[in-house]
Amino acid sequence: MTQADIMERLTEVFRDVFDEDELTLSPDTTADDIDGWDSQTHVILIVAAEQRFGVKFRTAELESLHNVGHFAQLIGAKLEGR
Amino acid sequence: MEQLLWLPPHPGLGEALSDAKRITDPAERLARALTLSGYRRDFTQTARIDRLATEGQGEPAQTATLGLTSLRVAVLSSHTVDHLLPAVRVAGLGRRLALSLYVAPYGLYRQALLSDDRALADFAPQVVVLALDARDAPLQLPLDASEAEVVAAIDDRVGELRQLWRRARERHAAQIIQQTLVPVDPPLFGSFEAHVPASPFALTQRLNDAIRQAAAADGVLLLDLAWHAAQGSYGAGLADPVRWHQAKQLVSPELAPLYGDHLARILAAGVGLSRKCLVLDLDNTLWGGVVGDDGIDGIRLGQGSATGEAFLAFQHYAALLARRGIILAVCSKNDHAVAEAAFGHPEMAIARADIAAFVANWDDKAGNLRRIAAMLDIGLDALVFVDDNPAERDIVRRELPQVAVPELPDDVADYPARVAAAGYFEAVSFTADDLGRGRSYAANAERKAALSQATDMEGYLRGLEMRLEISRIGEAERARATQLINKTNQFNLTTRRYSEAEVERLANAPGSLALALRLKDKFGDNGLIGVLLARPDPALEPGEVLIDSWLMSCRVLGRQVEDAALDVLARAAQAAGYRALVGEYRPTARNGMVAEHYPRLGFGQRPTPAGATADATFWRYRLDTHQPTSHFIEVKDA
Repeated sequence: MTQADIMERLTEVFRDVFDEDELTLSPDTTADDIDGWDSQTHVILIVAAEQRFGVKFRTAELESLHNVGHFAQLIGAKLEGR
Repeated sequence: MEQLLWLPPHPGLGEALSDAKRITDPAERLARALTLSGYRRDFTQTARIDRLATEGQGEPAQTATLGLTSLRVAVLSSHTVDHLLPAVRVAGLGRRLALSLYVAPYGLYRQALLSDDRALADFAPQVVVLALDARDAPLQLPLDASEAEVVAAIDDRVGELRQLWRRARERHAAQIIQQTLVPVDPPLFGSFEAHVPASPFALTQRLNDAIRQAAAADGVLLLDLAWHAAQGSYGAGLADPVRWHQAKQLVSPELAPLYGDHLARILAAGVGLSRKCLVLDLDNTLWGGVVGDDGIDGIRLGQGSATGEAFLAFQHYAALLARRGIILAVCSKNDHAVAEAAFGHPEMAIARADIAAFVANWDDKAGNLRRIAAMLDIGLDALVFVDDNPAERDIVRRELPQVAVPELPDDVADYPARVAAAGYFEAVSFTADDLGRGRSYAANAERKAALSQATDMEGYLRGLEMRLEISRIGEAERARATQLINKTNQFNLTTRRYSEAEVERLANAPGSLALALRLKDKFGDNGLIGVLLARPDPALEPGEVLIDSWLMSCRVLGRQVEDAALDVLARAAQAAGYRALVGEYRPTARNGMVAEHYPRLGFGQRPTPAGATADATFWRYRLDTHQPTSHFIEVKDA
């Protein structure tokens, strides 16, 4: 899966979670850019992404996930490593 | 992990949600959310349905139009629950509840109850859920603590919980739901764990046992999450260490829909919204094969083949539900005589006499389900319809959305677990009356048949040899009376719902009259069939007593029980020094049958007192001119 594919699917995850059909993401998007991206929603996003991509994040990784680009890279690395 | 498997899948839930978002009318959005809550859904879809609904909720008129019961629930927890609330609300919709939820910050459940939490008091919870977990307040015991030390520590902890329960009752008159503790600790000793009284696993087990016993004694309901965990219904979605370390979540977000439903079904049961009747198809549901083609000897049922045993096991489960008080009915496309004859099969676990309504013909099933509901005097929303044929299920879902139609697995061996998992028959009490209910409905069908044979009503009523036994609601009647108060929808003048604690308080208040009615006749004991609660009210004139609640089981309709009951109430009120009864009628979507109840009994309309609901009407009955009513019931005062 290319990084663009991952971004596209990740956008769908975000749209579902934030219930916002028009939402767009860039690699620089952070929690500050999206209304309602608080610590609770952060967990929801992670779980939704785990489900969508069939991956599992480690506890330590969760603490560093703060922008979308990093999120997508980590997913890419996990998919490669399988 | 797959969940809510009994709900049918939606072909395009995501798009349906996006479409629904474009609706601007909040009432219509709520109606759409209500429909979508009945489909299988994951946690993000569930959260989206909640968002759709919450913009339409909170308007009592709208929720009433949709037939939803409003309920205020406070969730006090030791673990994070915020991520579970949307799913609780949506599951509530699925079980016909409009829930308002109040959450105390996690970990502050004691403070919320022990200090005077103003916000909680203002919220006025009708139900308090204590959602606790095993990591909260661990018992401080060394591993080598003695049996006596363990017992003392458990007693202390349970004593503390009971104090919280008491506070919730005294302060808020709320029903309490206590969550049991999910074991979270990895084993220290392996299978030897239980031999060590203070091992973490043994402590959690024993604490749960003690909580269960105390809850039963104190009238507290359980959300038995430890039991669900042991059943495996949550897979790895309970006590996942990653979610705990990250966000103090006991229940993982993806399992929120299941947790929401496990809680909502108890809440629904508490206000009488559990289903009452299991309607069964016959061919390939209760036995293998088609009895009309294969003959009684040709159907697969019973020992000897794996398939036959699987069908038998499902029959056993249905028969046990009947013992528990669930009414059984049959709805089958069959020749009536052939279908009846099949119950002569030697291996049949369900007896013909267990079936209160037996409908076998070639008409459409939706029409037949309506007929069954009418025969049993229950609503369509009390029915669960089990049919192996997906086409029939689909038609019934479309024609009769009120009827619950579980999606079934391919293998009949999995039917009992699937029907059980759906939680249609969640109970909040189990009384002696439940045991005889199925037969009692069957006897009622006989009474109806007797009525159609009797040419005159008087002769029929006289011939029933009815005896009405009246008792003040005391400890012996309280559980069953509360059950009736919370599940009677049709013959219910005010539809006020009360917890056991509230019934006790009402019954013991000075000047109040709390009566339980029990009816026997020549066909058997109908059990406790009516409740009358009357109390003084400051908004009334001196000498008047308000009939706060008058409700009766529909099984005894048309038998003059209300006339006899008026006599009893009038006598009791006179003895208590009252001069007039005041009846109140609060219309709902379900109680139209009693709109004329008070005028029919000779009450005259009275002005509405201050503070009453706008659409309620009030009726007055003078006790000084009271004449004994005429009826054919022998009345026995306690």
